[in-house]
Parts: sequence; C-alpha cells; structure tokens
Amino acid sequence: MSTMNTVGRPTTPNTLPDNDYKHPTLTGGRGLLQDEALIFEGEGWGKTGVDLPTPKTDGSDLGDLVRRDPIGLPGLSEPEAMRHYVRLSQKNHAIDLAIYPLGSCTMKHNPRLNEKMARLAGFSDIHPLQPQSTVQGALELMDTLSHWLTTLTGMPAVALSPKAGAHGELCGLMAIRAAHEAKGEHEQRRKVLVPTSAHGTNPATAAFVGYSVVEVAQTDDGRVDVADLASKLGPDVAAIMVTNPNTCGLFERDIMEISRLTHEAGAYFYCDGANFNAIVGRVRPGDLGVDAMHINLHKTFSTPHGGGGPGAGPVVLSEALAPFAPAPWVVNTGDGYKLVEREEDEAEQAFGRLCAFQGQMGMYVRALSYMMSHGSDGLRQVAEDAVLNANYIKARLEDLMSPAFPDGPCMHEALFDDEWLKGTDITTLDFAKAMIDEGFHPMTMYFPLVVHGAMLIEPTETESKAELDRFIHAMRLLAQAAKDGDVERFKGAPFHAPMRRLDETRAARSPKLRWVKPEGSNHAA
Amino acid sequence: MRYLPLTADDREAMLAAIGAKSIDDLFVDVPESARLSAPVDLPRVAGELEVERALSAMAAKNATAGSVPFFCGAGAYKHHVPATVDHVIQRSEFLTSYTPYQPEIAQGTLQYLYEFQTQVANLTGMPVANASLYDGSTAMAEGVLMATRVTRRNKAVISGGVHPHYVRATETVVHAMGVETQVLAPAVDAEADVIAQIGPDTACVVVQTPNVFGTATDVTKIAEAAQAHGALLIVVVTEAVSMGLLKSPGEMGADIVAGEGQSIGNALNYGGPYIGLFATREKLLRQTPGRYCGETVDSDGRRGFVLTLSTREQHIRRDKATSNICTNSGLCCLAFTIHMSLLGETGLRQLALLNHEKALATRDALAAIDGVEVLTPRFFNEFAIKLPKNATDVVEQLAAQGILAGVPYSRLAPEAGLDDVLLVAATETTLDADIKILAGALAKVLAA
Repeated sequence: MSTMNTVGRPTTPNTLPDNDYKHPTLTGGRGLLQDEALIFEGEGWGKTGVDLPTPKTDGSDLGDLVRRDPIGLPGLSEPEAMRHYVRLSQKNHAIDLAIYPLGSCTMKHNPRLNEKMARLAGFSDIHPLQPQSTVQGALELMDTLSHWLTTLTGMPAVALSPKAGAHGELCGLMAIRAAHEAKGEHEQRRKVLVPTSAHGTNPATAAFVGYSVVEVAQTDDGRVDVADLASKLGPDVAAIMVTNPNTCGLFERDIMEISRLTHEAGAYFYCDGANFNAIVGRVRPGDLGVDAMHINLHKTFSTPHGGGGPGAGPVVLSEALAPFAPAPWVVNTGDGYKLVEREEDEAEQAFGRLCAFQGQMGMYVRALSYMMSHGSDGLRQVAEDAVLNANYIKARLEDLMSPAFPDGPCMHEALFDDEWLKGTDITTLDFAKAMIDEGFHPMTMYFPLVVHGAMLIEPTETESKAELDRFIHAMRLLAQAAKDGDVERFKGAPFHAPMRRLDETRAARSPKLRWVKPEGSNHAA
Repeated sequence: MRYLPLTADDREAMLAAIGAKSIDDLFVDVPESARLSAPVDLPRVAGELEVERALSAMAAKNATAGSVPFFCGAGAYKHHVPATVDHVIQRSEFLTSYTPYQPEIAQGTLQYLYEFQTQVANLTGMPVANASLYDGSTAMAEGVLMATRVTRRNKAVISGGVHPHYVRATETVVHAMGVETQVLAPAVDAEADVIAQIGPDTACVVVQTPNVFGTATDVTKIAEAAQAHGALLIVVVTEAVSMGLLKSPGEMGADIVAGEGQSIGNALNYGGPYIGLFATREKLLRQTPGRYCGETVDSDGRRGFVLTLSTREQHIRRDKATSNICTNSGLCCLAFTIHMSLLGETGLRQLALLNHEKALATRDALAAIDGVEVLTPRFFNEFAIKLPKNATDVVEQLAAQGILAGVPYSRLAPEAGLDDVLLVAATETTLDADIKILAGALAKVLAA
C-alpha cells in the first residue's frame, strides 16, 4: 500500500510490477496512451487527404501500360492523419524526452536551428542537376563544410557524398583499394585487419569490397594488441580498420605505433570515426597517421537520427588517398564554385561514384549550422564535456557495477560488463528492460562483443549534471535491487512501457513484414 | 554555449567526483604530440542570428525550383508536399529517436515502418519491401549484388535506359566485388534489347521504367526471358509517383524492384537525403539487404512490431552479412508514408494523372517549336527532346533568363555523344504559364 498525501496522490510509487493490471479499464484504454490501429485496418479505402484538381487526361494514350488493378493504399483525411501519427509518436522514446545513453550512437541534442536552416528553400528546393551557375550558394556551403571537416581532422581532403557511416567505410576502403591498384599491389594485398571490438560494419564493409577479414586481438586493457597486429601485418595486408576512440570507449594509447607499423607494411590506416565526438577540437586524426576516416554527421555534428536515418558519412582522406576520392566534389576556382561530376580530367584517378547525386545535402546544412554555432572553441568544449560526463557516470556507478576496464579514464562512453550481475539470474537484457520502466532508454547492450554482457553508456555532452544525477540515481536503485534479489522486477520488465517485452524470436521464425487483408474481409486490397 | 548545459561549477564538482585535477587528466591516453593546446583555426562560437545570416546568404544565391519555371527531373522530382508531412516529421519523438532497437519504447517508429513496408510492397506490386536503403542508386547496386548471391552467377546486363549515374554508382561497388557488368548503349526505347544479351552466366538484367529518357515500357517479356534463363529481373523506378498510373513492376514479373522514393513526401534537397525503395519476392528474403520491421506479440499477447531477420545484417553476421548497411532513411520513410497515407489510392492515381497531363501539355508545346524533335514515344511525366543545338548551351542560356528547362543528357553521360538531347520533366506543380514561358524562350534561343 502506498501512502497518500493530503490531496490523495501517492507519495511513494507502488512498485508492485503488476500494478497496471489490478484495475483493468473497461475499454482496454490506458489513459493518454492511445492504441492505434494500422492505417490498413481503418475505413480509408477510397478516401483521400489531399484536394487535387480533376485531371483532364485518363492516361488512355498509354494503353495497356495503365495500372488497372487496385493498388491497396488507404487514405486518411488530414485530421485523421495527424492523429494517427501523433498517437504513434507518443510510443517512442526520444532525446527530447530524456537521456538516450546508447553507447556508440552519440544521441545528443539536435538543435532546431539546424532544421530551420535545412528547410531554407535555397537548400531544400534545389535540384541536384540544375546548372551549376544556379546553385553557387549550395556549392559554397559544401566547400565551407569541407573546410571545417578537413581543418578539424587535420586531413587534406574530404569526400562528402557517402550517405551514412557504413557508406563512408565503403568509400574509404574503395579509395584504399584504388591506391593499391595504382601501385600494382592490389592482387597481393587482399586482407584487412580488424580488431575484435570493431563495429559489425567494419568487417562487413571489408568483405563487401572483396577483402578477407583477419581479426586482431585485444589486450586486457581494452586496446589493440600491437604485437598481434605487427605479427599479422605484411605484404598481403591492404589496410587496418581501427576505431579511435575505440568501441570500449578508450583511446588507443599506441595509436602512433599502430599507424607507423601499418605504413611500414605498405598498408593504409582506416579509422572508424564513429567516436570522433570524444576528441573533436582536441585531437586531429591527421596527426595520428590516419589515411581515411568517416565522420558520422548524425553523431558528432548533431544531425538528427530520425528513427534510424538518414545519416551522412563524409570521409576525410590523407594526401596518399585524396586523388582516388569518388565523384562528385566541389572545387573553388576563385571565380566561383565548380562541381566535378565525372571521373576524368582532374578526376582521372577517382575510384567512381557512390550514389546518384551529391550526397546528403540536407545533412550538410544541418552539420554546418551546428559547427558554426559552436565554433572551434565550442567544439573543443563538446569533446571535453562528453568525456567528463562519461567519466562522471563511470565514477558514480563503479562501486555497484563492474567497469569493463576500471583503470584509467574512459573517453566519451563508460563500459560495464555483467560480472556484477553474476549469481543474480538477471541478464544485461533484463536490466535494460527495467531501465525502461524507470523512464530511461537503455544503454547499448551486448556491444562491443569482446566484453561479456556489455553495457555501453554514452551520455554525450548535452546532458546537464541534474539529468546525469537523475540517471545515476535510477541506475543505483536498479543495481541495488538486482543485488538484493528483486528478480521479478527485471525478468518481467518492462511493465510500464507502451508494450511489454516483445517476442523477437516469433517475429523472425515466420516473418510477417506487411499487412495483408484478412481472409473474407471486404477491404479493397 | 547554448547547446552545453554544464556550468563551470558543475565541471569542477564532477572532476572532483571523478578524482581528476583537470579535464586534461581525462585525455592522458592521447599521445602528447597529438594533443592540441588551443582551438583549431576556425571561427569561434556564434549566436543563432549570426549563423542564420551566414547560411541564409548562401541559400539566397541559389535559384529555387519553386520560384522559376522548372522542368528538371532525371531521378529527382519537384512535387508538392502537404504541410502535415513536414510538421509530423519534426515531432521530437520521431526526429530525435534512434533505430528502434528497444521495441517496447519505439513502437511509433516500428509501426510506421511496418506501414511503410506495406505501402511500398503494394505500390511496387511485390510481396515484400524492406524498411528502405539510402537512395535509388544504392538500391540498384544492392539489387545486383543480391542477384549474384541468389543465382551464384556473376554478370549483370544493364539496359541503355538506366540512369547513367545509377549505372556508375552500381558499377563502382559491384566491380569491387568482382561482378561483371554489360551496359548497353543509351537508347530511348529499347529496354527489351537486354533479352538478346542474357546468357547462362547472367545473374540479372536491369531495366528502368520509365527510363532515363522517360520511356515507359511493359517489361513482362523481359521478365519471362530472364526467368527462362534462371536470371533475375531488376526493375529500377526513379519516379515513384509513376506507379500510380503505370502497371507495377510486380505485375510485370520483376524479381527485385530498386526505386527512388523521393517523389513522395521528400523535398529535392539538392540530391539528398532521399530514400531507397527495395522490394522483392518472399523466397528471396534471406538474401536481401537492409532492415525489416515485422509483426509479433508482447508477453501479454498484444500485437507489436520489432526489427527482424537481423541474422542477415552486419551487426550479427559481420563479414558474412548480406550488406554492410546499418543506417536506413528512417525519417524520409516517415515523410513518404505520411504523404502516401494522405494521398491514398484515390489521391495517388489523381496525382499521377495530373503529372501525365502536364507532361503531355509540355510535350505538345515543345513539339510545336521548329527544330525540336520529341524522342520519347510513351512517357509518364518526363520525356526527351532532340535540339538543333547543344543542349547544355541551351539550358545555360535559359537559366540565365530564369528558366530551369531540364537536364541535358550529356551531363549524365558526356561520352554518349548525345549532346543535343534534353530531358524535360513536368509535375503537378507545373503551371500552364510555365509551359508557355519555356516554349517561348526555347523557340527564341533555338532561332537565335
């Protein structure tokens, strides 16, 4: 029984897990949380939410090419559409609601100025194939962004067009491959070395470009095992792919040695820049001997993640790789800007093209808006605060939870293993689901793979100390509950989310990937 | 700085809690030679007003599609997007959420992805569609690679009607994988020419309808021929609205549809972000790239949605994954699905007819000009014309008069020798007055 205050509100939360289910509502409703059917399950067949003029043609000039059968697309009037999507939206966690500590994902605040700038007609309402004379401002923006990115990374060149981090990895490895081809060494160099802690995209990309992947061991302190790396480097290695700071949230102390050994072996150093947020303004990857690094504009430079995309993954390139950058790119001629679109003349060595047009212009605008807002001093502060916040979380939780690498500071994310849960019968997954009940998005789970039951917490610099303290308080209560044997709180969680735990095995076993008309229904499709 | 909540006092208190003397203590692992002692040489912190001024000045130097007579297409189309779309996609819960890895608190994203997949499957006439790829061109590349996995063959035959930039983007990637491509010479109306090139080593044939010259083709016979040889048919669609009027690729026997979804819900954005549509047959599902959202139940038995079939993906399979893709076009999918929900089948068909109507009117106006020859026999909202002059020069001269007349084919493929070909697109946004202005100005430029 919870105690009530003078206006009848409970002063302590009723922590009984089945609290919600003691007083079922008559309709199945749950207060403000509205259930919402699929658009296909409503009465929208034949309805439309747009008012268009009546066409003067019926398409009969196209004869048999005309689509006659029903397509199967319901329509919603504007108020119905608005309500449908607003109801759906309220089932999502978001940065704007609370800390979103997904390690490796850099879920920072997304400034709305960025959104406003990206929507200026001068950027959003221009066509990728307009004459270049009519888009000089767009090219200027791309050139300015390039200048910021190359200056911040200390690299001479950048390929803007990759559409996401993994696409950037592809770009970097293609440039490396082209460089080896130019030297006549491609046939002999067919291996890419990747540490075991790497993002899955690294080995996937290397394989995508036709390389075989060789794993490099990790030391007990969470870094690349330089001796193992040295033993695997040789005339058959095209490149290494190292994330720095790495996916354990640690700076690779031996990075200079790593790049020196790599270059000595005639290979190139690809750096996964997913974690650039930890060092922006304080360290330039160019000073570490990096040959290529993608920058996730949707991480470090605050463009929104949008439920999984779109991203943007420009790649900075060293002097050695710059000539192989893919088309297109912008050249400042002194007399205006020129977009080089073809792999000929000045682009003779370009390895090709990665997408139909210029890449993610909308993201370029947002990223530049963010960079200009911060300035070089603000960006340096970004890295410092991101690292400070992560270390603060680590320091405040390390007595209850087990840091994977307790010695020394972490960078922008704090990594714990599940050692501290041993004997509780509670897994990392259970713990994560219980965090949901307390109002927090869980940290990244079970990644990196090198740490058992990994919990990777990345607060980012845009969390206040008060929000961090609120998060830490909840984590401490949960950790204590786990240790005290309150198993049901974790095993059954979440109890208070829009959904209870979802059956992912069932989804994969017999995939239902689209709505289909139920047998015998009168739906039009 | 307005995006940084920590105060100097906070920082001090936190450093004390950590047991560090200064922030530099937390960067000790960085080699000394690589530590920057001061901010790099770039402008310093700037207020909203200053940033807005600087970026607005750049934006103002561009000629926007909505402010001039506008006829550019070739893979990116100017359509009207209802105000609701842009409002909804800016809701915090959609804009500032991540990939729905914790489905219990991401049902909003997951349900719209499920609805999106259903819409794309139905629109393309295919059994299944994924939760999107980066754009149409990368979808084509992924389609070709998938076909090589499915057929265990190594060659793609690509029609001369496929967008040259799509071809280039595809070749760049698939050549690295050792896949051969045979690209036929550019041809306005010869998609079926691929049939004669199909051999026992052909993994797939790639055709586009409407193709880059605007020609709409019934590809049924191509599908039959491909399948008779054990090859897959990949149909590329760069203008999604066309499927509101034209037979769907699925109806015509496509095995894979690689499409560009920008036309629905998304702005031109100078080329991105766009949205790759990818649809296929159910039996090929396990070889597909990208994410899927699937239906399931929660522990109370209530219907819900999760990301599924992830055993194909890089975060599980690493170097054995079907693709290296991680990010999709989430928010662009949301824009697509909202716009499509507002349209419904009724609105989509109407919209498609309006596009066709405007293109017919534009064609008629241009065909009447001396020296202009219309090349495209059947089209949706775009067609090619042959000019008596260099098309790039003509486009530049018209641009100088404030008219964006279309895309010279040679911009896409300078080596093709089609310097006199201009691609002209019209949509529901095209005004009759715009058509008149274009026709009048073009006649003058050609007569000069």
